[in-house]
Amino acid sequence: MNYKFDFGAVFERAPELLWATLGTFGLAFAGMALALLIGILGVIARTSHNKIARAPVIAFVEIVRNTPFLVQIFYIYFALPLMGIRLNPTATAIIALGINGGAYAIEIIRGGVESISKGQVEAGYALGLHKADVFRLIVLKPALRAIYPSLTSQFIMLTLTTSVCTSIAAYELTSAAQRIESDTFRSFEVYFSVTGIYLVISSVMMGIFALISRRYFSYPAR
Amino acid sequence: MGPVGANEFLFLLQGLKWTALLAVIGFIGGGIFGMLIALIRSSRNAAARTASAAYIALFQGTPLLMQLFVVYYGVALIGIDVSAWLAVAIAFTLHASAFLGEIWRGSIEAVPKGQAEAANALGLHYVSRMKDVILPQALKISMPATIGFLVQLIKGTSLAAIVGFIELARAGQIISNQTYRPLLVFGIVGVIYFIICWPLSHFGTGLEKRMAKAAR
Repeated sequence: MNYKFDFGAVFERAPELLWATLGTFGLAFAGMALALLIGILGVIARTSHNKIARAPVIAFVEIVRNTPFLVQIFYIYFALPLMGIRLNPTATAIIALGINGGAYAIEIIRGGVESISKGQVEAGYALGLHKADVFRLIVLKPALRAIYPSLTSQFIMLTLTTSVCTSIAAYELTSAAQRIESDTFRSFEVYFSVTGIYLVISSVMMGIFALISRRYFSYPAR
Repeated sequence: MGPVGANEFLFLLQGLKWTALLAVIGFIGGGIFGMLIALIRSSRNAAARTASAAYIALFQGTPLLMQLFVVYYGVALIGIDVSAWLAVAIAFTLHASAFLGEIWRGSIEAVPKGQAEAANALGLHYVSRMKDVILPQALKISMPATIGFLVQLIKGTSLAAIVGFIELARAGQIISNQTYRPLLVFGIVGVIYFIICWPLSHFGTGLEKRMAKAAR
């Protein structure tokens, strides 16, 4: 092996990578916010007694979860202009991420809602708790506790998925990597370094989520 | 705009052939190495456990697309002259081995401890204890998650398109560029993926529900 590694080419472009990392965070947070919104609205429709409201949500979840994100983002990229919506690639990517993440969020949140048993709520009332307290302590907190692990790992997954948004040239880390690669031809060095950045991002997110979980969702000590 | 006819559809099916092949190779190769990872991950040697945990964390904490890029350019650097095809296949195998390894570690640990102890008490050695007692039970427990990952893997092969590999998604891109009918073409491509993935997903959740009922 007589290849000489040259990471200098990557270090020279470090500021660009830093901005692109912020772009990745922007995509991830905006995409996740949209996903949560879709998730909550979807669950309301999905758990209603109206069959006409339930069916489209079920179809939406199945279609999104059984097709690749790459195909979804291409479809949305070409479909939006035909609907008269002209957005830049980054905004388009956020919509695609939100729709994709939303389908998974619906299933996760639904699981949390269904995990609350009616007897617990009735027991709360029997103990003389206020309606607000019953909702806060018996419905909301246990439901959040139940969905928190899946929802946060979905968030990390969505953050890693933002890399696919390079295919429509959204502003994020992978597209920056491809740009630097085509300028410097240091393919391995560039992608190796950027993979490292992603690893740091996901590790930091995991750490923060664990801290939040310990602070807010741990069971009170006996 | 050009028509999307039999020729275009045939080209998509050619792409589908590579998608299927990539998924099968990734799943079989990843299954073999993944089993190794799962066994190391649940072994008694602390150093081996840590190393396999790091391997899993590395693949679960980075985007699949980056893994494809790094392996794709990495194998070329090592000096082995491999085709693009083999490089992509290696990347999917490594990716799948980490995910399957973690899934199967979980199911190995989910087998009640008494089973391993009973096997020990019967004087079974490690190979027989694993092969005849633990793994058959663990495999059953892991089925829903394993099928779920298979669906992820099939969808994931579409990322080979970004590296330039012509599988179903890339074939769709090419046809779309030729015919200027992106919605129709990507619609068809989406339907093809759905036809493959949906029955698998359905089967997986069905198994999960049945097992949840049995456990109650």
